[in-house]
Amino acid sequence: MSALFELKPNPADDQLRITPEIDHVESTPNETRVARVELRRQIARMERELGELFADTFPRRGIDWSVGAAGGPRVLGLGELERIRDDLAERVADAKVEIAERADHEQGSRELVERMIADPAEHRWVRVRSEDVGEPGCRHWHSRPRWGFIGLLCNWWRVKLSSGCPLATGSRENAARSPSTTLDLGLQVT
Amino acid sequence: MTDAGDELSRRGRVDPGLAEEFPGLRINSARVGRGSGRSTRGLKQRLRLLSDRMAGAQAIAIRNRPIPWAYRVFFRHIGLDPDEQPTPIEEAVRERLLRGGFRSNNLLDDALTVAIVESGVAVRAFDADRITGDLAIRPSLAGEELEGRPGLLPEGTLVIADDARSLALLFGAIGSGRGVTPSTQAIELVALGVPGVPEISVEEALWLAVDSMN
Repeated sequence: MSALFELKPNPADDQLRITPEIDHVESTPNETRVARVELRRQIARMERELGELFADTFPRRGIDWSVGAAGGPRVLGLGELERIRDDLAERVADAKVEIAERADHEQGSRELVERMIADPAEHRWVRVRSEDVGEPGCRHWHSRPRWGFIGLLCNWWRVKLSSGCPLATGSRENAARSPSTTLDLGLQVT
Repeated sequence: MTDAGDELSRRGRVDPGLAEEFPGLRINSARVGRGSGRSTRGLKQRLRLLSDRMAGAQAIAIRNRPIPWAYRVFFRHIGLDPDEQPTPIEEAVRERLLRGGFRSNNLLDDALTVAIVESGVAVRAFDADRITGDLAIRPSLAGEELEGRPGLLPEGTLVIADDARSLALLFGAIGSGRGVTPSTQAIELVALGVPGVPEISVEEALWLAVDSMN
């Protein structure tokens, strides 16, 4: 039987590692079929997990969910099923890491917004986008001087919440041209 | 309610090797004794109601519902990427989001949309008069080709076939001249069930499509 790599969850770091389970030995057709069934079961489980992560993280963008095709539609062999299983596992692991990093970043951004509102003068010109706090839309919080130049001279600052674009996604041309968003706090400090 | 020329659902054949690999893979079909044409007012109203029920949140979560998930898993199992080549239900939902609703095209497309969205089951249509014998899901043979597709099919490609030839790739392109055209006089509605999809859902999908066309 070709090596059947079973993915074992690591409680320590919550990442999946690939561990060889069985040495290469001759396999019967029935054993090969059993191996295919097991691999398909693993693929189904990880597809479920990937789908749940996708639903949980939406509308955050910039996370790679792609796994790739294997030249179907056809019955895949053991090696091909293993590759798909491994690719899914890698995608799940990468997504979890990305989501965890974003969660930390978003929490930090939310705390920053609270600090900005409490003391706008200490966060002059700082801007936080809604994307930075994990919310949809194009709102942003911006610490600006009250009444423009007068506020700047008198050190009167406030946090202004922009409601975002008049259209749901902005103009059609800008939506087509804009690159996919990246993880960016969007701070502007002068 | 069915009209004269309509037949009850028939179960097609699945290659024995495929059936062993994928228990639950099935193909059911029903014949409708008419072509397509303009959609009806009732069907358009039904599409509008479906549009209201399928908002963004439901669309995002659809891949985790049992039947859509079963199709995604099966796509992975046969080497397809459901993100590059969406499953029928996800394709319909994607269109709904992009176009702001389920838009009416014609009687057949609207009936298929209703059947797919309501049941989650993959349903497609062929020109019934251009089918020889019974339908089946099987691997392609060496030297076999799909009409309209350049070159030969790689041996072992999963196809929907009749007794004479391949009609379409499984969840893929339909052979040239085998699909429904304006000159089609009778339509064969085909529901494809995969492992994890209850047979009753496959039957329901066909019934929805037939009922919508009548």
